[in-house]
Amino acid sequence: MQEPQPTKLAARGAGSLLGRTWSPRGGSLSTDSLESLLLSLIAIAVAALIFGAFLALQGHDPLAVYRTLYLGAFGTRFSLESTLTQAAPLLLTALCTLIPARVGLLVIGGEGAVVLGGLAAALAGVALAGAADLVGTVLTLAAGALAGGLWIGAAGALKHFRGVNETISTLLLNYIAIALLNHLVSGPIRDFSQTLKAQSWSIPKAFMIGNMPGWSVHWGLLIGLVGCVILNVLLRHTTLGFAMDVLGGNRRAAQMAGLPLGRLILLATFLGGAAAGLAGAVEVVAVHGAASESLVVGLGYAGILVAFLARQNALAVIAVALLLGGISASGGLLQRRFDIPHAATTVLQGLIFLCVLASGTFAGRLLPRRSAQ
Amino acid sequence: MTGTFDLGWWGVALAIVAGAMRVSTPYLLVSLGETLTEKSGRVNLGLEGTLVLGAMSAFAIAYLTGSPWLGMLSAGAAGAALGLLHAAISNLPRVNDIAVGIALFIFGIGLAFFLGKPFIEPRATMLPGIPLGNWSASPAIRSAFEISPMFFLGIALAIALEWGLKSTRWGLILRIAGESADAARAIGLSVERIRTFATMAGGFLSGLGGGFLSLYYPGNWNEGLSSGQGLMAIALVIFARWSPLRCFYASLLFGGASAIGPAVQTVGITEGYYLFNAAPYVLTLGLLIYSSSRTRTLAGAPSELSISR
Repeated sequence: MQEPQPTKLAARGAGSLLGRTWSPRGGSLSTDSLESLLLSLIAIAVAALIFGAFLALQGHDPLAVYRTLYLGAFGTRFSLESTLTQAAPLLLTALCTLIPARVGLLVIGGEGAVVLGGLAAALAGVALAGAADLVGTVLTLAAGALAGGLWIGAAGALKHFRGVNETISTLLLNYIAIALLNHLVSGPIRDFSQTLKAQSWSIPKAFMIGNMPGWSVHWGLLIGLVGCVILNVLLRHTTLGFAMDVLGGNRRAAQMAGLPLGRLILLATFLGGAAAGLAGAVEVVAVHGAASESLVVGLGYAGILVAFLARQNALAVIAVALLLGGISASGGLLQRRFDIPHAATTVLQGLIFLCVLASGTFAGRLLPRRSAQ
Repeated sequence: MTGTFDLGWWGVALAIVAGAMRVSTPYLLVSLGETLTEKSGRVNLGLEGTLVLGAMSAFAIAYLTGSPWLGMLSAGAAGAALGLLHAAISNLPRVNDIAVGIALFIFGIGLAFFLGKPFIEPRATMLPGIPLGNWSASPAIRSAFEISPMFFLGIALAIALEWGLKSTRWGLILRIAGESADAARAIGLSVERIRTFATMAGGFLSGLGGGFLSLYYPGNWNEGLSSGQGLMAIALVIFARWSPLRCFYASLLFGGASAIGPAVQTVGITEGYYLFNAAPYVLTLGLLIYSSSRTRTLAGAPSELSISR
């Protein structure tokens, strides 16, 4: 087997992927975390400045728009609830890119895993009709996670056993999953009593999870939060997480250390896919009650953005998902107050993404290092 | 529609051929652009955003000036501008070009929907087609053989690029940057400048592909105009193994696959419509699985490409 050149290995490592600011130059972990945070904040500020200039060109007062954006995102109880609802699925779809990135893979298949998870959940829910409520709910969610996990896990297996590039395969799998959904809900599993839109049979009402007490935010938020916390512990404080980091940082070193590369790759892709599949299942169990086109609303693609912005930190995902959820949630208010198209929130998100990526080039150079060369 | 019924199964074949030519044109333009970019060693995954922004620009300018050709030009310019942005950020050290593409995907679509909001209702002047079916009295055949000049432009470009990449000086320069950045630097070439140019050219062509969507077929502007042709084209380049001429065949194949569904619908077959739509993706994945290997990079892929490592 011809070994790839070490320079390329270094370039492929987790250091560059997701713009994580770990660098071989030295510097303590806290310096890296602080720098990571600073870089993200600067990048967001720069994006906000550019977007402000863009608004000013359109004849709007940027400060007034930002005040309204804050109001629409976090200002009132209603807007906060809407923000939390928007953020809930992103917590899980972000993990679909974040976990495989730890082993050095760039997976962009969250969208497909969400769709497949939702589809599996709807089918499982229908099949389990008659089971006890809680059992039904749990198994329905588990079916979604399993389906998403196998879907992205398959991309991991193709990568490991055949060398198929995971970015491209997961991109293709997105479209295959969406076509599968459209095919199934337009005929084989269609509920023909629903004439307004093509959707699958509905899961039993008893399996649906409602809102958390006192809030009009569904339980999916809690599932997402718990998922991020568990993943943070797993990735940061266990041998498994360390092994994944070694593999992501330097494949050759991982091989030399005798780490089970295949198992780590399969596990990382399975876990990532399971998280996104769970997000799709939650959408079905908490919101729609059936599988339909409503699952294809870009949750997976938004999750990629969240993962990059969080720089491979599962806890930072929570903050970032709140920020992006807030931006999305404020779109309606911006449209009503200033007659700014809803797409303005997408422009802002795109700008933030671009600035965060560009800021990655300053990683390891922003703060002074004790062992600087 | 009635014409198709009169022709029976011949009508289906005709609809597939005509549909393949119409549907394949944006695939062809975008995939040729992406081939150029990838030959230089960069991947631009944001072409979907470029395509949609191109479609919006073309429609808006054609509506405001009354000239669809000016519209196409502005679509290309918008695409080249996004390409420049992609290149400028990817040129920074330690920035992942695939990620920049995903960001531009979001940014381009957002910008297009934002700026294009006022243009959803009006009608713009469309690009004219070239009528090649006048020999026939059947209106179905006449409309099937009214072919866009952009289709012929695409074919001409495919042939020119196939030849140019192999046999010209700039083709060689582009390929050196894509095969080995170190070698390119060693002979005094600026890899960054070559890739910037290639990404801008790729963006220009993708913008034209978007312009085709809004000014020819389907020929309007709305937020659901593109059904992922920009992302699809990236798969198509791999399917065509980075050859412009094979991009043309693959575009026809992909276009034909998407035309099969609507065509067989006219004779009453609706089963499996969506599965036909997925055929190109399944084919590409199959080809990837078949031609990839654990021990070597993908056959035909430029070695500097981040997706071929």
